Amino acid sequence: MSGIPHDHYEPKSRFETWLHERLPVVALAYDTLMIPTPKNLNWWWIWGIVLAFTLVLQIVTGIILVMHYTPHVDLAFASIEHIMRDVNGGHMLRYMHANGASLFFIAVYIHIFRGLYYGSYKSPREVTWIIGMLIYLVMMATGFLGYVLPWGQMSFWGATVITGLFGAIPFIGPDIQTWLLGGPAVDNAALNRFFSLHYLLPFVLVGLVAVHIWAFHSTGNNNPTGVEVRRGSKDEAKKDTLPFWPYFVIKDLFALAIVLMVFFAVVGFMPNYLGHPDNYIEANPLATPAHIVPEWYYLPFYAILRAFTADVWAVQLVSFITGGIVDAKFFGVLAMFGAIFVIVLAPWLDTSKTRSGAYRPMFKFWFWLLGIDFMVLMWVGAQSTEFPYDWISLIAATYWFAYFLLILPILGWTEKAKQPPATIEDDFNHHYPEASGSAAE
Amino acid sequence: MSHADDQQGTRRDFLYYATGGAGVVATGAAVWPLVNQMNPSADVRALSSIRVDISDVAEGSQLTVKWLGKPVFIRNRSAEDIENARADSLDDLPDQNARNANIDPSADASDANRTLDEEGRWLVMMGVCTHLGCVPLGNGAGDYHGWYCPCHGSHYDAAGRIRKGPAPENLPIPVAEFVDETTIKLG
Repeated sequence: MSGIPHDHYEPKSRFETWLHERLPVVALAYDTLMIPTPKNLNWWWIWGIVLAFTLVLQIVTGIILVMHYTPHVDLAFASIEHIMRDVNGGHMLRYMHANGASLFFIAVYIHIFRGLYYGSYKSPREVTWIIGMLIYLVMMATGFLGYVLPWGQMSFWGATVITGLFGAIPFIGPDIQTWLLGGPAVDNAALNRFFSLHYLLPFVLVGLVAVHIWAFHSTGNNNPTGVEVRRGSKDEAKKDTLPFWPYFVIKDLFALAIVLMVFFAVVGFMPNYLGHPDNYIEANPLATPAHIVPEWYYLPFYAILRAFTADVWAVQLVSFITGGIVDAKFFGVLAMFGAIFVIVLAPWLDTSKTRSGAYRPMFKFWFWLLGIDFMVLMWVGAQSTEFPYDWISLIAATYWFAYFLLILPILGWTEKAKQPPATIEDDFNHHYPEASGSAAE
Repeated sequence: MSHADDQQGTRRDFLYYATGGAGVVATGAAVWPLVNQMNPSADVRALSSIRVDISDVAEGSQLTVKWLGKPVFIRNRSAEDIENARADSLDDLPDQNARNANIDPSADASDANRTLDEEGRWLVMMGVCTHLGCVPLGNGAGDYHGWYCPCHGSHYDAAGRIRKGPAPENLPIPVAEFVDETTIKLG
């Protein structure tokens, strides 16, 4: 592996040498764990560990839930109640799994926004970024599929609305929708395949996470200054870095403990806070709940989906140009996926030479506005589509695209950035003047 | 070894492309069943046509049956319903199309074009709001004594035609016919 020069694994005993010559698996683990990591990483860098932990939590609790769950339209809802009431500790396992999804998305959103602020997406970390966005997409798919399995009212109608998005694709949409569902509407065939895929995708995530880690271990971590680790020699690199084990592992585990404290407080005391009561009513194709609201983590993009109605001039223009092929419904679908796609393109849309947003005074303003915009979209996604919510969602959706497609490219040319420190060592010593002695402060 | 000077197609090139082509075709043939298995299965397709016994549907009441996973409203309209619906002027209707799969697709939305029988007693239509797919409430609900969708407030009249609210179209009428006096065949 290229990257920052550091000490590699040397087999010592005869057995280690024997194994190393046949399968250098210990060397792989050693080099991964001892990777030199910029020593100025702040607390925003802990969410990777939280995400890795949550993925394992979801897989373990998920495998256990499957031991008691029945994927059939007549039995699924009852089997969930069986888990909640009869299975030993089943309610706890299910609540951990359901709230684990929320923890997963809280962590991934902070993780993504950290990358957006500190310019972690910029060269040479574009591949890490793209794989990260793939992980996010697979997470969303997995979450949606899993939400259908309890076969409650929200499960059923959420599945109806979301698969309806594919039905909006011109010409082939209805056929795709039928193919996805295995019938004209959400029914047993859909439930079964959703179950199968919900079991599969987490393992796809494990693979993607491995490649994600591999990619940023090749380039080295970004850090709050955006300044690269010096790589002239091992000694030089050592001044900027510390090995991941034990320094960052212990720090991350401490942070994880605090995050889990909050998580288990929610699981224990308010496990249904983030859910919808309607999902404790069994799915009924003949009656619709009054409000179909997705889970909170989809709301920002759901808001963008709904923002572009037929009376928006941009929608009318596109509809006119395409001869009506792209109607309001399909435009909304394109906007929703486009809102994620512009994040993927961030490495090429951001023209600034300064990597970290910490040294970009104007960028900071627009970045925090994007953060607020995200929260507004999340809020408005759960509201009705009447005035003034239609206007709020349209403005918020427009800013989302403006940030990536206009502000990021233009800022790179117009903004005068501050000078980052010359080295990570300088930055570290600036924050911790007595770092060479005992504890700082 | 370089083949840069080898401009002519050789026997080896031919075999290379022929093998590659055969490989692609074979892979496609192998993958297709894996894709096609997700299309509706035979039992699902078998239910694409059902017969409904309507002998118990009294005048002024409605039967809701599940067909193709969606609700179908079968209403035995009262004389009053018929009178109201026939009295409405076409100009008052937001959607002027009959939306009836059994007749000419350009037919207008007059009440006679909506019902299954000449008399106008039997109204058979999909119970799926044309706005966002919710199921409207029936039995004279809404401002027009027909159906009312609780999700976003669309009002349908006694002939299932949209009158007020965000829904763009009349409730669609599926392919349906009387097999005998008391049986309707859907699909």
